[in-house]
Amino acid sequence: MTLATILAQAADGALTETGQWVANVFFYVMAAVAIAAGLKMVTTANVVHAALYLLVVLSAVAGTYVILGAEFAAVTQVLVYLGAIMVLLLFGVMLTRAKLGTDDDLDHEQRWIGALVAAAMFAVMSYSVIEAFGTEELPLTQQPQTTQQVADEIFSTYIVPFEALSVLLLAALIGAVVVARRD
Amino acid sequence: MFLNQFLLLAAALFCIGVYGVLARRNGVLVLMSIELILNSVNINLVAFGAYHGDVSGQVFALFIIGVAAAEVGVGLAIVLLIYRNRRSIDVAEANLLKG
Repeated sequence: MTLATILAQAADGALTETGQWVANVFFYVMAAVAIAAGLKMVTTANVVHAALYLLVVLSAVAGTYVILGAEFAAVTQVLVYLGAIMVLLLFGVMLTRAKLGTDDDLDHEQRWIGALVAAAMFAVMSYSVIEAFGTEELPLTQQPQTTQQVADEIFSTYIVPFEALSVLLLAALIGAVVVARRD
Repeated sequence: MFLNQFLLLAAALFCIGVYGVLARRNGVLVLMSIELILNSVNINLVAFGAYHGDVSGQVFALFIIGVAAAEVGVGLAIVLLIYRNRRSIDVAEANLLKG
């Protein structure tokens, strides 16, 4: 069974036992890549490398969306995050004239407090998640979440938040221009 | 597949993002860590959508992607303004509001 069939099945929500197993392996590969790249992102001493590690994390997250059968979210993730937001962040790196080589001055001296907070937070979150959802399985026979369903939902139930989001994007666009403009 | 494996991945990414926000001094890197946090929330939403067989989770994930685009645009504009005024984007140096 090729990965493409597995992925197609995952997108259709009708996974066989083998498909389930392969989807699991695919998930763990994606999760390992995401966490490793995320850790590199927050520890690397090079701003451009951090941006590229973020790219890897975002791609891996898009892969988990595919496993969950959320094809439209995966495509949007690739388009908006990997396409638009990454370019914006790289422009930010360029315009603030960050050092292109390594830079030892990127972290606070007391970063261990941040590490402590993050570790404590992870302990609490993982405990409560395991406590709440123990061994709940994702349904094997879930119906596909097609783009058509997503569109129906957005343009009926969630039409008001959707329009509010459009206005928010417009306001953010104008606000960014006003704030960053030289006068 | 367990629901938990997605939730734990999201929790791990969230905490990595929190560490990045707390430990980094460079404003652009702080914005990148915030993107990581928003993404981990999206994993949760999509996973619960798949768990309940409801498409709303995916819809909310799409909304968050849109809000994240607005946030990073305004955030970068602010970082650029700080850079222009202070010649540095060290977030620890922007402490005029500190009591």
